[in-house]
Amino acid sequence: MGAPDVQAPPLKAYPVIPILQADAMAGSRPYVAAEKLNEAIGFPGKLVDGWQAKAVAKLGELRDRYRSLRVFLDACVHCGACTDKCHFFLGTGDPKNMPVARQELVRKVYRRYFTFAGKHFPKLVGAEDLTESVLEDWYRYFNQCSECRRCSVYCPYGIDTAEITMAAKEVMDSIGMGQKYTNEIIGKVHKIGNNLGLPGPALLDTLQTLEEEVKEETGQDVRFPLDEPGAEVLVVTPSADFFAEPHVFSLIGYAKVFHAAGIRWTLSSHASEAGNFGLFIGNYDQTRRIAMRVREAALELGVKRVVVGECGHAWRVAYSFWNTLIGPFDFLDARHPVPQHVCELTYDLIRRGAITLERERNDRRVVTFHDSCNVARASGMGGIPRGQFILPRAIVRAACTRFHDMAPETIHENTFCCGGGGGLLTDELVELRVKGALPRMEALKAVVDEHGVNFMATICAICKAQFAKVLPYYKFDMGMVGGVHQLVGDAIVLGRND
Amino acid sequence: MSALTLVYAGLFYAATAVFVVGLAAKIAGYARTPAPLRIPTTPAPRTRAGVVGRMAREVLLFESLFRANKWIWLFGWLFHVALALVLVRHLRYFTEPVWPVVAIAQPFGIYAGFALLAGLAGLWARRLLVERIRYISTWSDHLMLALLILIAVSGLMMKYVAHTDIVAVKAFVLGLMRFDLQPLPADGPLLVHLFLVAGLMAIFPASKLLHAPGVFFSPTRNQADDSRERRTVAPWAAGLEKK
Repeated sequence: MGAPDVQAPPLKAYPVIPILQADAMAGSRPYVAAEKLNEAIGFPGKLVDGWQAKAVAKLGELRDRYRSLRVFLDACVHCGACTDKCHFFLGTGDPKNMPVARQELVRKVYRRYFTFAGKHFPKLVGAEDLTESVLEDWYRYFNQCSECRRCSVYCPYGIDTAEITMAAKEVMDSIGMGQKYTNEIIGKVHKIGNNLGLPGPALLDTLQTLEEEVKEETGQDVRFPLDEPGAEVLVVTPSADFFAEPHVFSLIGYAKVFHAAGIRWTLSSHASEAGNFGLFIGNYDQTRRIAMRVREAALELGVKRVVVGECGHAWRVAYSFWNTLIGPFDFLDARHPVPQHVCELTYDLIRRGAITLERERNDRRVVTFHDSCNVARASGMGGIPRGQFILPRAIVRAACTRFHDMAPETIHENTFCCGGGGGLLTDELVELRVKGALPRMEALKAVVDEHGVNFMATICAICKAQFAKVLPYYKFDMGMVGGVHQLVGDAIVLGRND
Repeated sequence: MSALTLVYAGLFYAATAVFVVGLAAKIAGYARTPAPLRIPTTPAPRTRAGVVGRMAREVLLFESLFRANKWIWLFGWLFHVALALVLVRHLRYFTEPVWPVVAIAQPFGIYAGFALLAGLAGLWARRLLVERIRYISTWSDHLMLALLILIAVSGLMMKYVAHTDIVAVKAFVLGLMRFDLQPLPADGPLLVHLFLVAGLMAIFPASKLLHAPGVFFSPTRNQADDSRERRTVAPWAAGLEKK
């Protein structure tokens, strides 16, 4: 897979805006989905006849469906505010990775077919036919956007490249140019129930093993229930939590929190995945159908609350979209947020003194916190402004003695994407992923050098997997990354309520 | 009535019609198109009142741009504030008697004319000198700046180089508004100035100048962070629920 050949860019002491290197990443191209994968989720198998007209028609349809797209296609003035904000541009220097330039790939086509100026004076306003080479640019460069929305924070009109990327991906899916990694995963979640294709019996087996391991470690009967009707809480978490490291340590953390607080909870084999790749391809219907599994599971199990585990884009979909997509949730307990993030749950329990953390148990760790883009810029927590920054940090501080934030321009809503979001977490894109992680790695190195940070906590499965992969390229230990509930799990005092 | 007056009167009626009808159509399109999902960008206010505050800071102070890039903010904000003052100053051509606030704004409007030029020059310099911005610039971006600069220069020329009979100009403008045409002075700078302004009005609805109405419809800026409390099912999405 070429991974060893990839050279990480050098880490600089100060961030430097790169000089443009045209086509530096023109070779970065994920695998196109095979016919069967596309057809399994309702898209044409391969590039359809007359794709050009169909793509243009689809773009027009999306423009009528989404005000965001309609406004964003018109409003850009090419001011340049976003040009140095994308981690993929900062890591690669490819000008088409500047947010405005990425948007222009769609905008120039939009102008050509939908605007007076573009129809009559294409050269003057930068309008272009949707040719094969333009489509190829779309496929390459919209698969170099992690939909992290950092550019949108800085745009004077709030133009969100993620909305443009999603529209481009939806157009491409509609003409048979789907991307293999995302569409394969969407197929799996429909067929098996989770992104990793872990069937029910294997899941049950994994959870039983976890119970035994935790029993051995703590002496406590911490349970990992699956499909238990009558539980109070349904936990929906990314399937990586079931067996990948470091993800599983957070799952153990959730289980210990429920155990210590005495709350009956359960996982569901029907909704054994919080992740929702429908978001990444911008497809409303897919996003809704994938989310609907959670509603069905909650109703079937008769739970009172739904709690979402550590997964960035899943929390965006849950927090911002579930109510509209699969609500109303009038069958759940309105005294708790619906849906609730596991950090909201744990934060509340800590504040009420319902669980106890011994921070000294994490003394070997010097911790920083990486804000995951979808949590930071597209959701909230705790019902208070900036709660998504406050709550996880409060939990980390309650679980550890030593905590240091990274530079302010790289955290909170300014956070840099890990480089693996948006459906890019696949091996053939490893060069892109390594280079895209550069800004985060520079900020991390600063706190490593200054404060001896040896642990970067985060609440996103994609961040965890991406960092575990790219940290070694920058000469960091891959074990540096982990979950917030991994820290909670290590610090929590069990057995007091028994 | 001279042919020149007739041509310019026709020009302004046509430009105004294109401006009003074109812009109304665009705004209607933005307003009609649903926003099916909540997508405000952090820091998103929790309430509608908060959204009004955020939008006010965005439109009056260019808050996001300030966070993004101080130079672009400086030149961009300078240009827009100056333009606003200049427009207020020009209201004296449209009202009789002149409103007190417009009278007070007269001297500021003159200084603003120079500030406007300085802002435009700064923006154009960045467009030419900063590699990234040069890369993303189209011909129309440069021409738009040229157009605005020519409008400003021709306007200032009437004040400082070759005076125009502004009483006659006002009569012409009021005549246009009352459909009672009055002669337009045949001065070079004035004719250039008016011709370019008419052009600017005409291209407004078909150009990037749509950022002006667009910002108010931008979902990442005009939505409140209330997704857990409110459902926002779009009409086209409601059909999916019945399936």
